[in-house]
Amino acid sequence: MTGRTVVVYSEDRELGLQMLSKGREISDKLGAELSVLVIGDGITDPEEYITHGADRVLIVDDPALGSFAVETYRGVVLDALKDVDLDVLLIGATKRGKELAARVAAALNTGCMTDCIEIDVDEEGRLLGERLTYGGSVISSQVSTRKPHMATIPPKTFKKADPSPREGEISVMDVDIQDHRVKVVESREKARGDAGLVEAPIVVSAGRGFKDKADLKLLEELAETLGAKVGCSRPIAADLGWMEEWIGISGYKISPKLYIACGISGTIQHAAGIREAQIIVSVNNEAGANIHEISDYSIVGDIYTVIPALTKALKERMK
Amino acid sequence: MTKIIVLLKDIVDLNEIKIDPSTRQPRTKGLKRRISDVDKRALEAAIRLKEKNDGEIVALSMGSDKTRTAMLEALAMGADSLFIVNDSGLAGVDALVTSKVLKAAVEKIGGYDLILCGEMTLDSLSAQVGPRLAELLGLPQVTYVKQIDLEDGMLRAVRDLEDVDEVVEVELPAVVSVVREINEARIPSLMNIMRAKKKPTEEWDALALGLSAEELRAGSSIEVVKLEAPLVERKRIVIEAETVEEAAAKLADAIIGEGVVGA
Repeated sequence: MTGRTVVVYSEDRELGLQMLSKGREISDKLGAELSVLVIGDGITDPEEYITHGADRVLIVDDPALGSFAVETYRGVVLDALKDVDLDVLLIGATKRGKELAARVAAALNTGCMTDCIEIDVDEEGRLLGERLTYGGSVISSQVSTRKPHMATIPPKTFKKADPSPREGEISVMDVDIQDHRVKVVESREKARGDAGLVEAPIVVSAGRGFKDKADLKLLEELAETLGAKVGCSRPIAADLGWMEEWIGISGYKISPKLYIACGISGTIQHAAGIREAQIIVSVNNEAGANIHEISDYSIVGDIYTVIPALTKALKERMK
Repeated sequence: MTKIIVLLKDIVDLNEIKIDPSTRQPRTKGLKRRISDVDKRALEAAIRLKEKNDGEIVALSMGSDKTRTAMLEALAMGADSLFIVNDSGLAGVDALVTSKVLKAAVEKIGGYDLILCGEMTLDSLSAQVGPRLAELLGLPQVTYVKQIDLEDGMLRAVRDLEDVDEVVEVELPAVVSVVREINEARIPSLMNIMRAKKKPTEEWDALALGLSAEELRAGSSIEVVKLEAPLVERKRIVIEAETVEEAAAKLADAIIGEGVVGA
């Protein structure tokens, strides 16, 4: 393979397709070929990558690659790309993707911008990235000064393109597959999912202002009235274990039409998770709480009296 | 005896950061620096392993003149010794350079069985140093660990991934990064804080590690062009009323008026 190349990789197929739309944009600016690397055992429908923007699908298909092992996958990525004139390597920022990207970047002696929420290239062909830092309160605009430029992209950052009939090549690669030293003894499926939070048009959410798990009932009644999903801030899930998933920089980032924060102080980590909400409403008894600073409407008051009153008022108006 | 190196970084207290309203830039000058929360939990994990299996804990940090004060907490918690890489020529370098420096420091310390760190520091959120260090040292890595145990040179850990909890085993030496859920870091007693000051502490510059800060910096890859808080365009209307019912009614009207409720 010759010529400039942008390569996209994710072990999560959907994320790979999403990155292809942005990858296409960047490749066109660079005048580069867009390749997607697909690693696995029994890979199906490689044409889908082409209809979503790829010029070339690099396939590494082997029974030894059925499950993700970072050491093995690292070797496969490096070997598959060793003859490529690599301009940009984009890796999907799942947890597995991020540990792979860092390891690959170290092997390639280059930088990597983690969790980019926007990427572009400048006139010199350098990769530009925007990412959150300082717990999510600040956007850091960065530039990668050395080839190959690397970045990781979180799920749902870019929309996948509508499929269109395109020409592309499918190359099945023969690469060196190395063993890995970390042995997986057991893999326990998580009874998880985002509880519908990411897609929900309305989310009501609990914070430390709730004194007891049973009191969440108040919030559930409000949610029921609004047809909303119930979420929470990190302490409610990670420290108290009242719920499985939380909203924030380290949890789910959501973009509902309406977000109602109840008894949430509004740390910058939490704020980073709700930045994209259309309307933010807060109820918190502390006038100085940061959540009021990032809300459209707030009531400084006791959640135990305000929430039932709000539920009642909404019920009357929504009949 | 197990020798554990724990990587720690001192960062500004994120809750203390104020955004300058005119420039939208974060004000971080003069803020107190503390050990990044997840890093502290990596240290706590090391202390618990030592309590069970005996061993030695070496704290390693790359920082500034302020790092020593922040790292006293690590010694007070239970680290046996502390090494700080402090070279003004390395201030603000990227993860690529940081991991090269840490590799040299880890090799200088030597004789380790396990390197523990946090999944990411809470200021940069880059989550790269652990895996990069593993790559440079040619070691296996176990990331996102929420449970850890050690037996006869075999490490057993539970990894917290998006879809599964993965139970893994690896022979030492290895690099392990932990998530916040792994434990609650202990708060050191006053007695231990006093004792911490007497524990061996050493500072190295790049030269002491056989490195050139200038060359390393020239090899840095990621530059920060701009730091800016995103514009928060919120209405910030605080609803006031005589009674809770009235306030709730006004709020309900406002919510419905926004057209964000119902179909």
